[in-house]
Amino acid sequence: MVALDESQLREGVDRETVETVQSMAGTYKHGWETEIEMEFAPKGLNEDIVRLISEKNGEPDWLLEWRLDAYRRWLTMESPDWAMLNIPEIDYQEQYYYATPKSMVEKPKSLDEVDPKLLETYAKLGIPLKEQAILAGVEGADEGRKVAVDAVFDSVSVGTTFRKELAAAGVIFCSISEAVREHPELVKKYLGSVVPQNDNYFAALNSAVFSDGSFVYIPAGVKCPMELSTYFRINAENTGQFERTLIVAEKGSHVSYLEGCTAPKRDTHQLHAAVVEIVVLEDAEVKYSTVQNWYPGDENGKGGIYNFVTKRADCREARAKVMWTQVETGSAITWKYPSCVLRGDDSQGEFYSIAIANNWQQADTGTKMVHLGKNTRSRIVSKGISAGHAQNTYRGLVSMHPRATSSRNYTQCDSLLIGDKCGAHTVPYIEVRNASSRVEHEATTSKVDDDQLFYCRQRGMDEEEAVALVVNGFCKEVLQELPMEFAMEAQALVAISLEGSVG
Amino acid sequence: MMPRAKLVAQKREAAAALLDGRALPEGGAWATKARNAAEARLREMGLPVKRDEYWRYTDPRRLTDANVQPGKLHAQDDETPVFDAVDRVKLVFVDGVFDASASDAPELAGVEICHLAEAARADLHWARDLFGVLEARGQVPVARPLASLNSAFATEGLLIRVTGKAEKPVSLIYQRKDPAAEALTHHVIRLEAGAELTLLENGPVAARYNQVLEMDIADGAVLHHVRAQGRDHERAGATHLFARLGAEAQFKSFTLSANGALTRNEAVIWLDGAEGSAHIAGTTVGDGAFHHDDTVFINHAAPRCESRQVFKKVLRHGAVGVFQGKILVDQAAQLTDGYQISQSLLLDENAQFLAKPELEIYADDVKCSHGSTSGEIDQSQLFYLRARGVPEDQAKLLLVLAFLAEALEEIADPVLAEDLRGKMEAWLKRRA
Repeated sequence: MVALDESQLREGVDRETVETVQSMAGTYKHGWETEIEMEFAPKGLNEDIVRLISEKNGEPDWLLEWRLDAYRRWLTMESPDWAMLNIPEIDYQEQYYYATPKSMVEKPKSLDEVDPKLLETYAKLGIPLKEQAILAGVEGADEGRKVAVDAVFDSVSVGTTFRKELAAAGVIFCSISEAVREHPELVKKYLGSVVPQNDNYFAALNSAVFSDGSFVYIPAGVKCPMELSTYFRINAENTGQFERTLIVAEKGSHVSYLEGCTAPKRDTHQLHAAVVEIVVLEDAEVKYSTVQNWYPGDENGKGGIYNFVTKRADCREARAKVMWTQVETGSAITWKYPSCVLRGDDSQGEFYSIAIANNWQQADTGTKMVHLGKNTRSRIVSKGISAGHAQNTYRGLVSMHPRATSSRNYTQCDSLLIGDKCGAHTVPYIEVRNASSRVEHEATTSKVDDDQLFYCRQRGMDEEEAVALVVNGFCKEVLQELPMEFAMEAQALVAISLEGSVG
Repeated sequence: MMPRAKLVAQKREAAAALLDGRALPEGGAWATKARNAAEARLREMGLPVKRDEYWRYTDPRRLTDANVQPGKLHAQDDETPVFDAVDRVKLVFVDGVFDASASDAPELAGVEICHLAEAARADLHWARDLFGVLEARGQVPVARPLASLNSAFATEGLLIRVTGKAEKPVSLIYQRKDPAAEALTHHVIRLEAGAELTLLENGPVAARYNQVLEMDIADGAVLHHVRAQGRDHERAGATHLFARLGAEAQFKSFTLSANGALTRNEAVIWLDGAEGSAHIAGTTVGDGAFHHDDTVFINHAAPRCESRQVFKKVLRHGAVGVFQGKILVDQAAQLTDGYQISQSLLLDENAQFLAKPELEIYADDVKCSHGSTSGEIDQSQLFYLRARGVPEDQAKLLLVLAFLAEALEEIADPVLAEDLRGKMEAWLKRRA
């Protein structure tokens, strides 16, 4: 038997575990890079770059003006400093604001014309863009469940699947640049109506330089025949990704939307500042699920994505409903608060979140529930897990306006700490401005329960597996809200993200 | 200038404007040193403004304005003053100025009581290790400029040193005579190892007041602090309580607030020694133009300590209740038990409850939780009582008192607890 290196071992951890842990520490499964010829706009940010992006997308004048307005406002704004994040100063002139695969400069007419390397990239990520490659759904079901995908590679959308089938139902699902060309009246009506240009520093930046993203329009009364999905990939170096997603759900419609993100491993930080706007009209329902797995940096905190995202849903009319579900495992820094404006009477907002921060990751994430209409309801379930040297903060706002009588909120945020070098923080804001509303907030912080770990270990699980199981149990309330495919992926991600956190 | 730098400049300008032409009080070496340092801190921080995150829910203008808004004096009624059931050493302040003639002789075995004005004239005093020192420590992680303003200019207050078990409570009584007086009081309380004291405070103080309490509770010492703020409806006040606890020290502080146009009570507690225990609690009953803010910061800096925050607010007719509470657990503070609850009962549609209950935790083996709720009287509970023949007014009163009870349980002495419960009931009945 090989002698064990005692210094590496702790009571109850055998050599095999140590080796597995070491081999997996800092593993990031999507860290490879696609070698593909890119066309970049010049480095740096100024009005000319904004004009160039607008020109590349063939945008009308009003949109260019809108972008320039955003850019000018951005210049007078400051990067937010209130989050519990240590954000190194970002040199906005050292970034590329537009990068597109060369093969996309002349837009391909169909997926067959798309550079095979691009399609390979997505195949490698497990995202089939070819229509014939339908995602296998529930086993035993007669027909596979279909998911339409819009894939965004650095700055541009490379392809959207199932367009015909969606069009037959009246659903518009395309890249936002295409929507600007094909459906300018819709874009003009809704763009910036939920997240205005000057909403915050990063939203202003996004409004000025957003290059692509997805556009979804569900007509009145339509239940979208399949789940819609956007897959974001940052590939090029020193390139910021600024996508903009706009979803409009007309009266009585229904859609479930999934979003995934990955990036290659790099030593330098990369910026991602996205905006998602959702407009939900009377009786409509939107479910938005995210598995955010941007490159988190290595185990020493080197590299990783800065993820500064503004997501907001506006329940404009009565009985509108929106549900955010997020699994945040990636990014070096996360600054993200998917929010619900509950304007319509009886409208409903839900937020389910798992945020895992390991190694040197920092996450400041949560939600805002702004109750403006009567009898509005919201529910927040947040699970934060910190390991390594990570800092994880839940930040949330529940606001009951005077007119929002008989409204209801329930908030639960639980934090789990693994190791004594990490931090878990809770910063809720609760503002109740009428008496008939009921607001309840609960938060707990604890460590992984030793008894539960012992129980698992006793049954032959190694420590890593045991922790992953306990943590998955801790997250169960959120995991069960995810669509099926995502739930499986998320569960595996929870385990992967915690690799190297024990022992 | 970018917005944040501009705000800092504005705050500093406001502080400079307030300080210009205002000389620090004369005093001995230690006091002068402490006051100069406090003034420098204030200039650096600037005056608080509503745009400060820390003043998000309370507008500090009435507290920082150059002019004091006069407040009507409360008409005396036949209600017995608070704490009258307790045998105590009474020390009386009138409009924030110590009145020896109206006070009991400050003599109590094991307790040394000294007037700040007098001690500040001496070249040396034990209080120099604490006066302005705990306040300065309390400026991190957030600035509390009003407390520095107090350290710089306060000449009134008592320095109390306890070496044994005080046989009677020390009771500070704040009376008002002048409708427009402003009071700055600064007390320093030092409990030596193993000492015990009950400190009582009550009365409306002044039309506007700024009060600082610095408390040093050494190893194994026990300090009970009970205060009743109330009566005069038009007064405005800010209080800061800074307390440092040694190993196995215990601190319990309870505040009842009724009336008052604007009250901001800040408490900053450091659990510096292992197995210390701090309980901060309060009940607030607000009716009409009333803004009450409890801002609490508890820092667990040593292992195996316990802390509790229990705050209950009953509000109506436009009354606003604010709670900002934070538990900070350092990496060294393993096995911390931290609990925090803030609840409000809103009796009509105009009342507001604004809360920011925070946890910041850097140690993994801890048990920390907080809860916060807001709502109206539970209709099913009301129905239950009504169904048993309890008239509606009485049923509501019962439910309000039951709601407040959890906070009153934090008062260690049952006589004091019952006294305050009775006062609260009488107040609620009067205003029913």
